Parts: sequence; C-alpha cells; structure tokens
Amino acid sequence: MIRLLRNQKVRNALLQVLYVGTLAGLVLACALIARRNLAEQGITSGFDFLFKSTGWDVTFSLLPVTANDPYWWYFLIGIINTLFLGSIGLILATIVGTIVGLARTSSNELAQLLGRTYVDIFRNIPLILQVFFWYAVITHLPTPRAAHEAWGFLLTSRGLYMPVPNVSGTALSGAILALIAAAAIPVWLGRTARLSRPVGERSGVQFAGAVAALACVAVFLALGRQPDAPLLDFPALQGLNLRGGLRIPPEFSALAIAIAIYGGSYIAEIVRGGFKAVGKGQTEAALSLGLSPWRVFTLVRLPLALRAMLPILANQYVWLMKATTMGIAVGFADFFMIVALTINHSGQTIEAIGILMAGFLTINLSLAAIFNRINKAIALKGNQLRG
Amino acid sequence: MEMVIVAPPAPGKLEDLRRRFFATPLQAILSLISLTIMVYLAWKLLNWAVFSAVFTTTGGPEACQAAAGACWSVIAARWRIILFGLYPYEEQWRSALACVSVVVMTVLSCIPAFWTGRRIALVWGIGTALFYVLMKGGVLGLPYVGEETWGGLALTLFIFVTTCLIGFPLSICLALLRRSELPWISRTTGLIIDAVRSLPLISILFTFAIVLPFAMPQWLVGDKLYRVIVGSALFFSAYQAEIVRGGMQGVPTGQEEAAMALGMSYWQRISRILLPQAMRNALPATINQFVISFKETSLVVIVGFFEILASGNAAYGTGEWRFAYVEVYAFIAFIYFVFVFSLSRYGAFLERRMSVGER
Repeated sequence: MIRLLRNQKVRNALLQVLYVGTLAGLVLACALIARRNLAEQGITSGFDFLFKSTGWDVTFSLLPVTANDPYWWYFLIGIINTLFLGSIGLILATIVGTIVGLARTSSNELAQLLGRTYVDIFRNIPLILQVFFWYAVITHLPTPRAAHEAWGFLLTSRGLYMPVPNVSGTALSGAILALIAAAAIPVWLGRTARLSRPVGERSGVQFAGAVAALACVAVFLALGRQPDAPLLDFPALQGLNLRGGLRIPPEFSALAIAIAIYGGSYIAEIVRGGFKAVGKGQTEAALSLGLSPWRVFTLVRLPLALRAMLPILANQYVWLMKATTMGIAVGFADFFMIVALTINHSGQTIEAIGILMAGFLTINLSLAAIFNRINKAIALKGNQLRG
Repeated sequence: MEMVIVAPPAPGKLEDLRRRFFATPLQAILSLISLTIMVYLAWKLLNWAVFSAVFTTTGGPEACQAAAGACWSVIAARWRIILFGLYPYEEQWRSALACVSVVVMTVLSCIPAFWTGRRIALVWGIGTALFYVLMKGGVLGLPYVGEETWGGLALTLFIFVTTCLIGFPLSICLALLRRSELPWISRTTGLIIDAVRSLPLISILFTFAIVLPFAMPQWLVGDKLYRVIVGSALFFSAYQAEIVRGGMQGVPTGQEEAAMALGMSYWQRISRILLPQAMRNALPATINQFVISFKETSLVVIVGFFEILASGNAAYGTGEWRFAYVEVYAFIAFIYFVFVFSLSRYGAFLERRMSVGER
C-alpha cells in the first residue's frame, strides 16, 4: 500500500481525484441541502415555473408587459434592459472617454490638466456612489408643474420627457435602422471601393448611398405615421401629470449618466495609453512626408492607436455590461434585479441563480467573441510597423 | 581662430507663455477654451463650497436652506452617523481608533522594509486583531458591541481589510493550483476562476448573503456579515489569482529549473524562488486590484449593510435635512477619494520606482 503511494503516477491520480471529488461533493451537498430546504417550503425544483405568470410588475420595459406574463418573458425583458442600458452607457462612456483621452494626449498643457483632473476625480469615486448621487439629483428636480423646459424637452423629478415622432413602433425602429445605414453606407462604400475607383467618383457613390438610406427613413416615417396627428408628439402638462412624448425614467438616466462619467474616466486612460503606444517615429515620418497635422492624426496615429487599445477596451466594455447590475440599487429592472425578484417571489433559488450565471456567461462570451473578430479583422499583417 | 559659442537668448516670461499656450491659432483656441472651463468651474465650485456656504449648525436646517451655497451644517450635525453608523454613542471613540489602526496598518505595509512574507503577515494580523478587539469589545473592560450595530466608515474598512486578508492567500493558492502540472486540478481551478470572474460582484454578494443559507447546514450559516466577506474575498481572489499568475509567468523558467537542480523541494522553490519574484512583477497590478476592491466594498449596501454609503443615505434621508443630499454625497465621495487617490498615487510611484531599477 505504502509502496503504491510512493509511485508518482498513482499519487498524482489520487490527488486529482481527491481535489475534483471534494469540490464536486461540496457542490452536490449544497444542492441537496437546498433542495430539501426548499421542498420543506413547498417549492418543487425544476424549470416549470418559467411558464407560470409572475404576478408582479417591472418598472421599465422596452417590450409590452403585464403581471400575467410568464417568468421566461420577464427574464427576456431583463436581458434586453441590461443590453439596452449597457449599450447606451457604453456609447456615452466611449464618447466621454475619447474626448477626455484626447485632451490628455494633446500638446496643450491646459487641456492636459483639465483631462487629468477629470480622470483623477471620477475614477476615484465608487460607481454606486455616483449612481446614488445622480438619482438623488434627478428625483430632486422640480415637479412636472414647475419643470425646466427647453426645445420641447422637459426636466422633472419624474424623469426626462422628450418629443417623439407620432409613428408606430415598428416603423420607428425601421427608420432608426435606416438612419444607422445612412451613416454606415458611405464608410462601407469607401472601404470596398478604396483602391478600385478614383477619389471623385467614390464620393459620388457614397453620397448616393447615404441619400438612398435617408429616403428610406422618410418612407418609413410617412408609412407609419398616425393619421390626424402632428408629426412630433410634444409632452404637455395635463392636470398634475405630463402626457405625451417619451419619458425616460430617473433610474435609467441616473445609471446611464453615472456609467458614462465613471466609465468615461477609465476609457480616457485606455485612449491615452493607446496613443502613447504609437511610436514617435511614426508621427515624425508622417510629418516629414508633408502630411498636415490633421491627416497625420486621422491616417497614422488614430488607426495605430485604435489597434493598440482595442483589446483593453473590450475588457472595459465587458466590465461596463456587468456594471448595469447596479440597477438594483435604484430600482431599474435589469437582468439581475429580475433574478433577485424572482427568487423573492417564487423561491426558485437554484434555478434562478443558474439562469443568472448562464445569462452573464453568454453576454460576456459573445461580447468577447465580437471584439476578437474585430481585433482579427483590423490587425496589421506582419510586424514591420512598430516603433 | 577662436570659436565663441553663444547660447541663444533665453526666452522671456511672456515669450515662454506664448510658445507654450499660443504657438498656433489652434493651440490658442484650445488654451482659451480650457482656461474658460477651468476658471468657470473653479469659481462656481469655490463659491458653492466656501464663499456662500454655511458651516455651523446654529441656524439649523432653515438658515441652511436659505443660503445659496453648500450646507455643510448637515455634516456638522450628522458626521457621527456617517462615520460610525449605529455604533453606541459613548463607545464611538473605539470605532474611530479602530479606523486609525487600519490606516496605520495600510501605511506600514506600503513601506518596503515590511515586504517580507512574515512581516507583512504580522502587520496585517496585529492590525486586524486590534481592529476586531476594539470594535467588538467584551475583553479588557470594553463593553461588548455586536456586529449588527457596526456601521459607517468602520464597517467599510472592516469588510475591505478582511476581504484582503482572506482573499490574498487564497489568490496565491488558486494561482498555484491553476499552474499545477496535473491537468484536472489546473482545469477545475481555471473553471472556478473564470466562472467567478464572469459574474458581477453584486450577484456573488447576493448569493452569499441571501441564497447560501438555504444551501448550508444550519450550524454553518453564521452571521450574514461574514458570509458576505467570504463572497467578496472569493471575488477578489479570482481576479488577484490571474494577476499573480501573470507575475509567475514573468519569472524566467531557468530560475525554477536551477532551484530544482539544487535539490530544493516544491515548497522551497515556491516560497524562496518563484513567489518573491512573481510578487515583484505583479506589484503594480496588485495595488490596482486593492484600489478596485476598496471601491467595490461600497456594493454591500445593496445586500443591506449599514456601511458608509447607507449611513450617508440615512443621514440626509430623515426629515429636516432632506434637501442636503449633495453635501452628504460630496463628503462621502471625499472620504473615498482620499483613500483611493492616495493608494493609486502610491501605486503609480511604485511603478515608476520599479521601472527605474529595470533600466
């Protein structure tokens, strides 16, 4: 027996079995205890509950929802809310981060100082504190009666009200897609036709593409328009409340602002790092070729910096997606809050936690996969462009 | 012929200023815009926070509300709640002393003379023990104060320190297990680390605080505070393990091979050769991780703890001070800022110092 234990192979195998066995045993024991405890409370395990109606409401949803809807529909709403808040926060944070990051890398010392102060302040205050702060600021705004008003936008303690076009939902989403296409088509055409067409002709094709997409926007808006209503629906005071327009609830705007400001300070540092990674020789070579400072920036420094920062940026975006779970602090119905409410109301603890893990794993892995694809697509071939 | 080398005339003050900020029209515009923003913000902020602010509690909330500037009286009136939470009033000096002991401990562990495994363990062991005895009492003639009344800054610091204290050794274990040569051990550990890293911290805290009691035998459940600390330590160690592993990968393989050739045992190789060099490589990232985890202790407010953020909410949430939320949040933000900023500045300093040694 002891001789057997001295054998390296036997010992290694035993160690592995012991390690994995202990962990698996722990997990199994937890699951069994939980099942017994839940069974005592009359909760049967399994995923049948997904098809029962919930009986409670969510505060924010992009899709139609009632308390009679089943749990799986609620989970879907939660995921969509998380993705929606995440992508809005991500876009805003990227804009803020790019501006501040560029200020930090500019040759102007005053702009540098301004950018640095911004980063130092907002990076060192916890995100949840900023969420609480903005939520308090927004909910302390004046009531709808005394709202701040500008260009049809209303700022009140019940949220931000803005005018929306009087068209049906599907037509509106079609119009938005066409608008994105209008912005993307010239870029795409520019890429595919880069070497095969002379410059003047190329811009003509781009222009035509953009006009066609914009025409689609107009068609969508005209088709989906509700009869006998003005084109834009302005929010207006009616009794004690506001009617019409689109309401952005305080929870959502507080989270989006906080994520934009906090995430922006991190992205600013990534942008700065990306520009620092571009060798000085590149800029000098471009300048000595007679390129203007603007073209040096757009043709040489920006593309190289973008490649340097993309992998780190991907991590930051995954982090920002996870940061949407702060929603529970102010009552925004993100994926995690739906899971927490499900546990409270139905008691299906193990299943809900499983769904939560699967959901976040899927979101994280797909974000990482998207960024890996982009990274591969724009990576420079060979290694001659260093330093 | 004698050559006389004359230095170009040094630019005057005004010329220097012109070159730095107004060299080209674009530069001039940039400078002017930045300057305007800075002056405007600085003036607004100073005016609000100092010139038209109220500092004393004599006028009460009414006088404060009438003033145009900040109402610092809310801090003067409520600072004890914000810093100490529901801790018994007569015993709050103990809470303050406990916070000081944590700060001293952190400062000591920033001094390179303490960077040996034994000394750092000693400093943290003594510091935490002192904190715990001071807070909990029940010995040395100090009255007993239960964990359920701990709150404010002291609770934030307690969660942070214990998270690091449990999480740091755990992270080294996880990193060692992950680079184990036995495939099943390294794979399983990798799976655990990646699973924890892919989840948001809030969901882990929630699971440990609210879900886990269902899945544990009754005698193991314990206080909610300690369960949350274990959860946050697990989260910390999953991230820190990857940092330690990165540090280990930076150690040339020849080091370990040489140690093996000298006949050192596994533990000798790890503790004498691998870890000291790996920790040195990983130091900047480690400090960054400490900074992040300090900020993240604020998340325990969501699972219902009365830490500094929750006590701040309570400080302005009741009746008369309802309007003074900006001041309370500014005060808490300032406390966080002091801790986090000094720690991250120290990290940046360390990084510079270490890169000097490598050049």
